[in-house]
Formats: sequence, structure tokens, C-alpha cells
Amino acid sequence: MTAAPSDAVLDATGVAKRFGAVQALKNASLQVGAGQVVALMGANGAGKSTFVKILTGVLKPDAGHVKIKGRESTVANPAGARKWGLVPVYQEPSLIPDLSVADNLRLGDTAMEPFRHWVSELGLPGLDPEAMIRSLPLASLRIVDLARALAIEPDVLLLDELTAALPTDLVDRVLKVVRAQADAGRSVIYISHRFTEIAAICDRATVLRDGLTVGDLPIEPGIEERIVEMMLGGAVAAAVAEERPVKPVPADMPRLRVRGLKTGTRLTDVSFDLHKGEVLGVVALEGQGQDELFDVLAGNRKASAGTVEVDGTARSFHHPADAIAAGLTLVPGDRAHALFMSRSVRENIAAPLLARARNWGAIRMGDEAAKVSAAIETLQIDTRAQGEVRRLSGGNQQKVTIARWIAKGVQTLLLFDPTRGIDIRTKRQIYALVRDLADQGAAVLFYTSELAEIRLACDRAVVIFNGRVVDVIDAKDADEATLMRAAYGLTEKAPA
Amino acid sequence: MTMTDTPTPLNRLGRLMVDQPLLPLIGLLILLVAILAVLNPGVLSMFWAGNTIKIAIPLAMLAACQTLTMLTGGIDLSVGTAATIAAYLTATLAPMTGVPPAIAIALASAVVIGLVNGFGVAICRVHPLIMTLGTALIATGCLLVYQRYVIATGVLIPDFLIWLGTGRSFGLPNSLVLFIPFAALVIWAQRRSGFGRLLYAIGANEAAARLSGVRVWQVHLTLYTLSSLIAGVTGLLYLGQIKTASLSLALPLDLPSVAAAVIGGTSIFGGRGGFGGTIVGALILTVLTSMLTLMQIPEGGRRILFGLIILAVTALFIRLTERS
Repeated sequence: MTAAPSDAVLDATGVAKRFGAVQALKNASLQVGAGQVVALMGANGAGKSTFVKILTGVLKPDAGHVKIKGRESTVANPAGARKWGLVPVYQEPSLIPDLSVADNLRLGDTAMEPFRHWVSELGLPGLDPEAMIRSLPLASLRIVDLARALAIEPDVLLLDELTAALPTDLVDRVLKVVRAQADAGRSVIYISHRFTEIAAICDRATVLRDGLTVGDLPIEPGIEERIVEMMLGGAVAAAVAEERPVKPVPADMPRLRVRGLKTGTRLTDVSFDLHKGEVLGVVALEGQGQDELFDVLAGNRKASAGTVEVDGTARSFHHPADAIAAGLTLVPGDRAHALFMSRSVRENIAAPLLARARNWGAIRMGDEAAKVSAAIETLQIDTRAQGEVRRLSGGNQQKVTIARWIAKGVQTLLLFDPTRGIDIRTKRQIYALVRDLADQGAAVLFYTSELAEIRLACDRAVVIFNGRVVDVIDAKDADEATLMRAAYGLTEKAPA
Repeated sequence: MTMTDTPTPLNRLGRLMVDQPLLPLIGLLILLVAILAVLNPGVLSMFWAGNTIKIAIPLAMLAACQTLTMLTGGIDLSVGTAATIAAYLTATLAPMTGVPPAIAIALASAVVIGLVNGFGVAICRVHPLIMTLGTALIATGCLLVYQRYVIATGVLIPDFLIWLGTGRSFGLPNSLVLFIPFAALVIWAQRRSGFGRLLYAIGANEAAARLSGVRVWQVHLTLYTLSSLIAGVTGLLYLGQIKTASLSLALPLDLPSVAAAVIGGTSIFGGRGGFGGTIVGALILTVLTSMLTLMQIPEGGRRILFGLIILAVTALFIRLTERS
């Protein structure tokens, strides 16, 4: 640990925070000197967002000190943080949608003239202050939010994933302005997944892992690898992968062929092939377009460009029913979006069988019971509380969302982070199930936020960064470090 | 094995009401009848029972519309209007066109109301409360226009409707001939047909229904059309029972039909309940009304008591079922 610079503008040491049984932060520290831009880095679950909330006064730490300009911070809320000279700008703009830009400034007691200056400095000179926030595109809102923060002239500026979904020309402007802030003697805490930006403007990087500050490094060429190693820790090698025979990529016509898929601001250009009998992993940091990709493939959202071919036929889905008819079935990331919580296990599993109008008549109860119990059997669902799905454990609920498509008959299964928040035993059952389904000829697209799962369940993985596929990695090469490096956009291999 | 911890008597009653919601309702019905018997000795008779059932049936049928729409989290406040229009058109057209065409036109008009409701709810995503209230007002206006400009040559109430509405066989009201198959069909359909299951599914989680491949608009359109058709048929039955064609015939049944479904245990938030409870709810309301009438309380007091009892029963039911 480097010693805190005595002139640190912001000096946080020994910060700890516990939520119930979870120790989110154990011993986090961060020092930012005058005229410095410091990157705050950490993988999912490292405690980054808890730390930010403590710095900005949203949460109170259980232990530790936060000093701003040498005085113990008594920040109790975000408004207090501002009085102390710390102003955060978050990924989601904190602006009131039904008020104009000018009204939002007035609410925050922000002067108009410096705001105007910063808005044009940031590349939006034509912004109308009377425009309603609701009517502005997300990129402009980010600029408005940042310009507002700059107009306050804070001592410490905290920027959280500011450049996500900003067009490149605006990113360049923003980076220049941020760097200029530091050169003028102010301090910046910069949170980003993008190493190129960190290399461009940051002086140091502070790395969090498992609630601890594990490193504080000066930014120099080649430092990215060190940072990735630090974020992962030494425990990576311990992850045991079951040995599976490596399957060659099949040469036949792919079940699913996706080309140039685009929607919204996050999913910009994704292409890949998914074959029968294959489990294709999807790796991406938060918000790189994977949510949109799954929504489009499941018919829940329309693509603005690109094509989806199923078994060689181009398809366009206007409703999930269209996707289901083409054999594409989604298990969404949030179980609450998929389940009828107040209904029985049987009704939950049988729902897709009745969805189409021609199945609205009499239910063949025996037929349904057979299909449902076969699916329950396959997934080993604990049916002691089958009267209402809400009474099941999280793992069993997740199994019900998958069982639904087993009962319907799986062709192409889209699994979005199916093992999030469930116990290890159930996780293993799900890996085994996914493998079995593939062996029986199904095609599976498997997004996971747990990198170790790629080796456990997948044949290959596509890595999505910034809305594009940046890499395709075979399972045997998919150790966590490789995946993490790719997910941060550090490899520039062209996809096949 | 369930996951109940420390079952208190109240808790156990709550679970019973979730698993067997009919039992406590039937208990309440019996309690009300017993109170009535104590207050007015000698009032209970076969005739009284038949009469109560006869009065409860149109209410229960309109409450079927509420039950089905409420299962999806909706409501249909146009049932009274649809019933009234069907009855009025039948009675005034029959002398001119004959009975079968009059009934066909009457039911078709009810179906049009349902299609408009369904279009608004399913396609335009208007809240069912507003949509059905709106169509009810418009349809009532249309009925006034009709009454003014179509010169009726008289009023004819078809004989078979009078037989159905007021007749008795073996001491029981003839309207059971219509109601028993109707109730059996609804109760069967709500659990054993794809359409019925989807009503529960949509009420429990509309987004999840969509992700399961359900085109929710098709269900809504069918549902509201069906609801108005049931209301239209109820209007014909009610016409035979009341034996007058009036412009506000079934309108007073609108809110009691909602109350019957709610008392019967159907959640206004959707996903829970069923027609079995609604039938008992309609009987409870009918017995309650006749009890308050027999107690010779002035109209004002009667209404206050009626409202209080509905609130108390519903609050108790929700409290007990939500607890478990």
C-alpha cells in the first residue's frame, strides 16, 4: 500500500460496511491528491458501488474514516457531499424528466452561465435550456449532468461509468475536459470499464477486490494486465473445470445465425453463429448490450438493424410468440419477470402449452400432467410447496422457469444469467442439464456474469464489449483472466 | 409439508381460506341465514329459499363477468348497461320483428359493447375501469337516442323469458335451468380450459404471460366480448324476472356485482379467486339485503349497514389470506 499523500484532497482509510451476513467492504481505502485523476476499479461484487455510496454519503460506514481536505467528513447525504466539495455524476443521469434543463438547474441551485460554458465546452453548444429532460437523448443527458457538476466547481468530481453509451466524439470531448479539470488542480475519481480511457486520463488506479483495496498503481504502459490480475486475485487457478471432450465447431448450417444486430444505444453490431448441439457462452461486463441482444432474440424488443436467421430462414420477431414459434425460448435474468408467483408449479410450467389461441379450449389434463411431471423430473424440482411458486426457494423457482421450456420442447434456449443468486448444488444441476440438452441436439445461448461458468458449461464463448463481439474463445482457453481481459476490450482479435 | 412457522389459529384459518376459500364463505352464509331465522322466526321456508336463489342468480351472472375480468386484474363496469340494453331492445323490438330477431339484435348490441371494451383495453391499453365506464356512458346515451327516435309499437316480453325469470318447478326457480349449466361451464373453464388458465396467468404477471408466448391482447379482446355477452344474456333473464322494460333495469346491479366477486374471494389485483366463491358471495349479498329489509330499518340505515358489512367481510378475508 502506498502511503497517503499528505496533501490528499480526499483520503478514505479502513472503510468497512456489512449488510446482514454479507461483508460488502472489509478495508477499503482511496487517496486522491490535488490535480489527480484516480481510477477506481474492481470486478462485479468487489464492493465498488458500496464504496462510492459511502464516499457520497448515501451510506454510513461501519468503520473507517473519510477525510476531505484534511477534515473528517461528516457527510450524511448526497447534498451534504456537495457542501464538502464532492460532486458525483452517475451512469443514470439524476435529472427530473418532466422539468426543463433550466428548471433542473434551479432545483439544484446551479448557476446558468457556467453551465452554458461547460455544455458548449463538452460539445453541445446548441442545447436549449428550455428543453424538457424527457425529450433529450441519453447522451445529451449525460453531458447535461456532467456540465451541471462542473458548474458547481467541486474539489472532487466522482464520475461513474460516464462514457458508457456516449458517441465517440463526445467521449473525446469529455475526456479532455476531465483531464483539464485535474490539470487545473482539482481531483477526479474515475470509474470505468474502459482501459483506453483510463490510460488516456488517469494518473493512478486503485483496485478493489472482495471489499479490500488490493492495489494502488501508477498508470503506465502495460499496466492493464497487472490490474486484471489484481481484480481476479490469486484464487482463479483453483476453479476446477470438469474435463470435457472438446467439440469442433460444427460445419453444418447453424441453428441461429445473427448478423449485425443493433438496437438502442448499447447493442451496436453483434454477429455470431450458434449450432445445434452447442452451448455458446456470452461474456460481457454490465451494460455492454447483452440484455438487448437477448431481448431481441426472444422477440421482446425489435432490432433496428441486422438479421436473425433460424435454420437458414431469415426471421423477424414482433412478439415473443413469434420467437417461440421459431423455437427461440428465453429464460430471463430476473425470475420475477418469468413466473406467475401466486400460481402453482404446474400452471407455471404448462403456460406456454396454452398460449396460442388454438389451445384455449379444453386442456388435456393427462397429457399436460405427463409433460409437466417429466419436466419436474428432469430438473429435480422440489415440489413440496408446489401450490404457489412464491413459496419455493430461489433455486427451485429458477428451475421452474427452465422446466417450462423443457415441457414445451427445447430447440434454441436463451439463458440469461440462469445461475445468479442460487446455491452451488442447483448451479451444478443447471450446468449438467445444459450439457444434456445440447447433447440431445438443442442449441443453447448462455450469458453468465460468472466467468468460471464458461468452462463448466460452454463449448465456446463470444465476448461482447461496447455492443460488439470483440472475441470468440474456445472453452478450453476460457480461463477467467483471458475472459476478463477480453471483456475489458483488451484483445483486438477480429471475430470470425 | 408447508413452510408455515408457528401456526396460530388465525394463521391456520388464513391458510384454510387460501386452500379452501369456499368453506369460510359458506360458513358466513349459514351464519347470516341463522341470524335471519332468529330475528324473524318462521321466515325460513322452501319458498323463501327459492326466492333468494331467484334474486341471486342475475347478480351472480353479472358477478361472473367481474370475476373473469378481475382474474386478469381488470373490471367490467359496463355489465349493467349491456344487460339493460339487451333487455330493452328485446322488449321493444319483439312486437315489430318477432322474438328471435329481437333477441339476436339485443345480444349483438351487447357484443358490440364488449368488442369496444376489448379494443380499448387490449389494443389501446386504456385501463379497464375507465374504458368500461366510458362505454357504459356512451351505450346508455345511445339507448336514450334509440328510445326517443325509434317509435316502439309496444312492449312484448317473450313468454319463455317470463317462465325462466319467474316460474318455479318443484319449488325451485326455473332460472336454475339456465344458471346451473352456466355456472358449471364457467367453473370448469376457469381451471380446465386454456383460456381460463391464461386469465389467471395474465392477472398474476402479464409480462411473464407475454414471455410465455401469450398474445395478451387476444385474451383481453375475447374476455371483454365474452363478459358483455354474458351480461346480455343476464339482461334477458332479468327482463323475464322484472317483467318491465326500463332504461335503468340492471344498472343498480353494477356495483353489487363487483362486491359479490370481491366477497367471494376474487382479488381485484388479479391472479386469485374463482366463480365458486362469487356464487356464494352473491348469495351472501342477497341474504344480507333481505335481512336488512326484514329488520325494518329505514333505507338510510340499511345502506350504511350494507356498506359496513361488505367492508368488514372483505377486509377480514384479505387480512386472513394475505397473512399466510
